[in-house]
Amino acid sequence: MAQEIRNYTMNFGPQHPAAHGVLRLVLEMDGETIVRADPHVGLLHRGTEKLAESKPFNQSIGYMDRLDYVSMMCNEHAYVRAIETLLGLEAPERAQYIRTMFDEITRILNHLMWIGSNALDLGAMAVFLYAFREREELMDVYEAVSGARMHATYYRPGGVYRDLPDRMSQYRESPWHKGKDLKRLNSWREGSMLDFLDAFTADFPSKVDEYEELLTNNRIWKQRTVGIGVVSPEVAQQWGMTGVMLRGSGIAWDLRKKQPYAKYAEMDFDIPVGVGGDCYDRYLVRVEEMRQSNRIIRQCVEWLRANPGPVMVENFKVAPPKREAMKESMEALIHHFKLFTEGYGVPAGETYAAVEAPKGEFGCYLVSDGANKPFRVHLRAPGFAHLSSIDTVVKGHMLADVVAMIGTYDLVFGEVDR
Amino acid sequence: MTDTQKTSLAERLAARFGDTLKIGVARDETTAEVAAADLLAVAAALRDEPEFRFGELIDLCGIDYLGYGQTEWNTETVSGTGFSRGVEGEAVGRFRWENRPRAGHQPRRFAAVVHLLSIELNQRLRLRAFCEDDSLPVLPSLTGVWPGANWFEREAFDLYGILFEGHPDLRRILTDYGFVGHPFRKDFPLIGNVEVRYDPEQKRVVYEPVSIEPRVLVPRVIRDDADLVQARAEAADDWRRN
Repeated sequence: MAQEIRNYTMNFGPQHPAAHGVLRLVLEMDGETIVRADPHVGLLHRGTEKLAESKPFNQSIGYMDRLDYVSMMCNEHAYVRAIETLLGLEAPERAQYIRTMFDEITRILNHLMWIGSNALDLGAMAVFLYAFREREELMDVYEAVSGARMHATYYRPGGVYRDLPDRMSQYRESPWHKGKDLKRLNSWREGSMLDFLDAFTADFPSKVDEYEELLTNNRIWKQRTVGIGVVSPEVAQQWGMTGVMLRGSGIAWDLRKKQPYAKYAEMDFDIPVGVGGDCYDRYLVRVEEMRQSNRIIRQCVEWLRANPGPVMVENFKVAPPKREAMKESMEALIHHFKLFTEGYGVPAGETYAAVEAPKGEFGCYLVSDGANKPFRVHLRAPGFAHLSSIDTVVKGHMLADVVAMIGTYDLVFGEVDR
Repeated sequence: MTDTQKTSLAERLAARFGDTLKIGVARDETTAEVAAADLLAVAAALRDEPEFRFGELIDLCGIDYLGYGQTEWNTETVSGTGFSRGVEGEAVGRFRWENRPRAGHQPRRFAAVVHLLSIELNQRLRLRAFCEDDSLPVLPSLTGVWPGANWFEREAFDLYGILFEGHPDLRRILTDYGFVGHPFRKDFPLIGNVEVRYDPEQKRVVYEPVSIEPRVLVPRVIRDDADLVQARAEAADDWRRN
């Protein structure tokens, strides 16, 4: 007797633990095999771009942190660079080095989050705990420099909000941190933030070895990732992929090398490239990127130690005057008042500024009509382009491979939905 | 590299496409404006021809030019009552749906802006295509040239209501299921039209008209010559230096 077998439609998310937030994936299944994947995004849509149109330029920097909320400062960097391009403004050299350093700190933060959550999705619990140990240290650096552990609002048009702090916050004695443990935790934190970063980066490669120890030759890990989600270089280009998704497929494209911004032209680092374009290659690329970011941070620390200087332009149309100056100078008071009530006008025109964010090319297309608010801001999020290709990539794979694929895309819905 | 690198992208575009493109270069960025009817042919040529090789569509977004250059403050002339104060403005965020600004003076409101990237030649290009009809903005879909345009066009449709002819699956993407309107249009209120809350009696989420008032803290103002005037004035002011 002939029996009709119909495809089965399944909802993956929006509450699935491996959906990285709020992805609703409607999967059409033939048994365990994916026939069609239809992601429903937008559950986190906040209309950031429209909100930015109603506010002076500087007031939207904080929104940028909340897009890709695991690589905060890189998003700010794109937005701030777009404004600077239109203003014809260049940040002081020290600010450029600080931005380069924090972009790389952010990259490590992002990749740590990625390696932990991706491994967790694929069944390796311990990596998450290891990765968050180092993430904690770097979050403290964010906090030391901006006062916020995540949403820093640290980059400003014309430089950065303030210079690096002279000291790091220390752990206080508590039932959880005491005695020798407390001493060990605080041993890096005696000196300035740069001392702390120096100690951290000297130690970090050995920490990356630990993650690799857990995963690189792990048989289960390789079974879940090798040959899964292969993206050919042609497919990668057709779907507008950037960053690791492109490099994992063997295309050596990195904006830090090809269209350098900030101080990347002065940095000595390598671009790791994959061969097969599968999830495992992208894993290897990201791990190597952490090591390369570590190298860049060390170079920045060295330069920043030797070269004190201003971190903000002396243009009071875009940067606030010093607090002391405001006590004595009427001009400074007026500048301060105008900047924080009305903001500054940006010359009419349009620009597209892109940075190599940890997830790929994060771009900001900015149109100004000369007013103190942007006329149109469009944020090009790498995750949005990547996720749109999921139907092509995942077709014919098993259900469990979808989880591996979502993980390797490194999705964060703050930026996909904007 | 090849000799294509010796001439600028703008020159190569002008030589190849002639009057089809309106080309501008500003801040080292090349922008080409193309008529909607020519968009597909130009896009295919830009992707395939050896001197362009734009293999990647990096970004596509809609834009609504309604109210471009309009401000809420008069900064040029002083009247008997002083400078105007921007309480009556129509800028984004200040109105409800009932009294939204009506178009009229803007010749063509909607456009799609495409950012292309050539990995082989390391060059970028911005392509802009205006929609001819404001009441029914239509553009040809680029999904046949770059499949990655798919979601970007869905987004532009969702937020601006631009219809992409030939798109395989033109659904809304970012807004809620059953959303009405195109929220990023300049005549769509910032506060929206509806709000949701959980109704304990009906035991479900209900939609209601918005209860919040439109409010903007900072008026929109253009001082196009303020910097220039001040720079000139400061240069002329000798007493500052003495």
